[in-house]
Amino acid sequence: MSIALHLALIALLLALAFWTVVARETFAAVAGFVSYGLLLTLAWVALSAVDVALTEAAIGAGLTGALLIGATSRLRKTEAAARAERPGRATRVLAAIVATAVAAAIAACVLLLPDPGPSLAPEVAQNLASTGVGNPITAVLMSFRAMDTMLEAIVLLFGLIGIWSLASDRYWGGRPGLAPVVEPNGILAYLARVLPPIGLVVGIYILWVGADYPGGKFQGGTVLAAMWLLLLMSGLHDAPAVSQRWVRLALVAGPAVFILVGVLGVFVAGAFLGYPEGLAKPLIIVIEVALLPSLAVTLTLLLMGPPQRSESSP
Amino acid sequence: MRIAADIFTIVAILTGAFFFLAGTVGLLRFPDTLTRLHALTKADNLGLGLVVLGLLPQSSSVFGGLKMILVWLLVLLASATVSQLIARAARRGGPHP
Amino acid sequence: MTSFLLAMTFFVVVMVAVGLFCVLRGASNADRMMAVQLFGTGGIAALLLAGVANGTEGVVEVVLTLSVLAAFAAVAFVKADESGAKDDDRPEQGP
Repeated sequence: MSIALHLALIALLLALAFWTVVARETFAAVAGFVSYGLLLTLAWVALSAVDVALTEAAIGAGLTGALLIGATSRLRKTEAAARAERPGRATRVLAAIVATAVAAAIAACVLLLPDPGPSLAPEVAQNLASTGVGNPITAVLMSFRAMDTMLEAIVLLFGLIGIWSLASDRYWGGRPGLAPVVEPNGILAYLARVLPPIGLVVGIYILWVGADYPGGKFQGGTVLAAMWLLLLMSGLHDAPAVSQRWVRLALVAGPAVFILVGVLGVFVAGAFLGYPEGLAKPLIIVIEVALLPSLAVTLTLLLMGPPQRSESSP
Repeated sequence: MRIAADIFTIVAILTGAFFFLAGTVGLLRFPDTLTRLHALTKADNLGLGLVVLGLLPQSSSVFGGLKMILVWLLVLLASATVSQLIARAARRGGPHP
Repeated sequence: MTSFLLAMTFFVVVMVAVGLFCVLRGASNADRMMAVQLFGTGGIAALLLAGVANGTEGVVEVVLTLSVLAAFAAVAFVKADESGAKDDDRPEQGP
């Protein structure tokens, strides 16, 4: 039965991916992509990779969908013109050749992998106790490969700066998004009052269980960001001007704590991001707790886009 | 006792799966957006509700079971809100078909 | 019991996926959003079924995340739709 399920998932993934690529209408492609994220979550669970499934659920089925739907509505005015355009035969043939070559190269790489593949998993399992956390994924992300995680958190900030730099000079440092229109008795305002408190608890819970079970700051931060975005979309709360001091502080606090702990490691444990004996778990928790709000604010502002209104305008 | 719980699970999940079938068929066969929305909510409310109910006896811990019930309640909240929002968007003159 | 649960997972996933494909091919955007919503609920049910069938703890956390975010895409859709409708009246301003 399990094999039938796996085959069905593979077939559906391929079909949905194909549909998303060939769909001519932007919104249809986005609808396909959102569902693709959910299907991928199922596939990761079927492969027993629950940590990856959790990330896919939070990012793929949640935030990316909203981001792409926003992009669709911005593209609507030019969509008809873009669809009428048809690239020449030479361009299409060239694109087909390049795409096929890339796909073939990736397929070759996968098929040529040695069996069993090279793995550091036994080493991780052996040294898991030294980190004090029970979830091997968290141990890899926060201890053995902490450098990668730190750069990941910082690269999000660079992405945000890139988006902000798209603002016109007039609105630099202003508020992102449209001025809020609130319907105090609307159903959306109701949802935005009821759901965020629950989402806040779930987000922090996901961070907390990350020590021993699937979970962590990125996934928790995504849930928190989604709750804030819900408030912003309902109009109950206006987006802050991006030049405000607390916004900037919230953005850099998490990465700053991470770097600080890393530098401390140079003096105490003899290596950048080294944790002193016995203190690994408390330090990992400090970093994760500091990163959670920073990631939530970063992701929210990433989705809100560049500032479009001056700081004072309502 | 074990057998009774298993029978309960099988009956509840089969009924839940039936409501998913009904929701899908409704989505495909009903004539307009508002009636299709009506079919959709059956799958959300009853389909998932019965599946959760059927899984409760199989759950390894009480806490796990409570989380499953919370999931159902959250989906109920989401589907109730979303169906209202979509219905309003559809009534506003059909959002660019 | 395990094979029954896996069979039900298979049934639910394939069914909502078939519904999704049929609706995606030709319908209004509101209908597409509904199909995505149904697919989301079906996916949540399938995840719970598969998680209990395989005894994978932690799937409940995945499902909890999904259910908190369940309304999120649809709300973004409706808001984008509204601002798009307003945008048609004032073609000079971006959304």
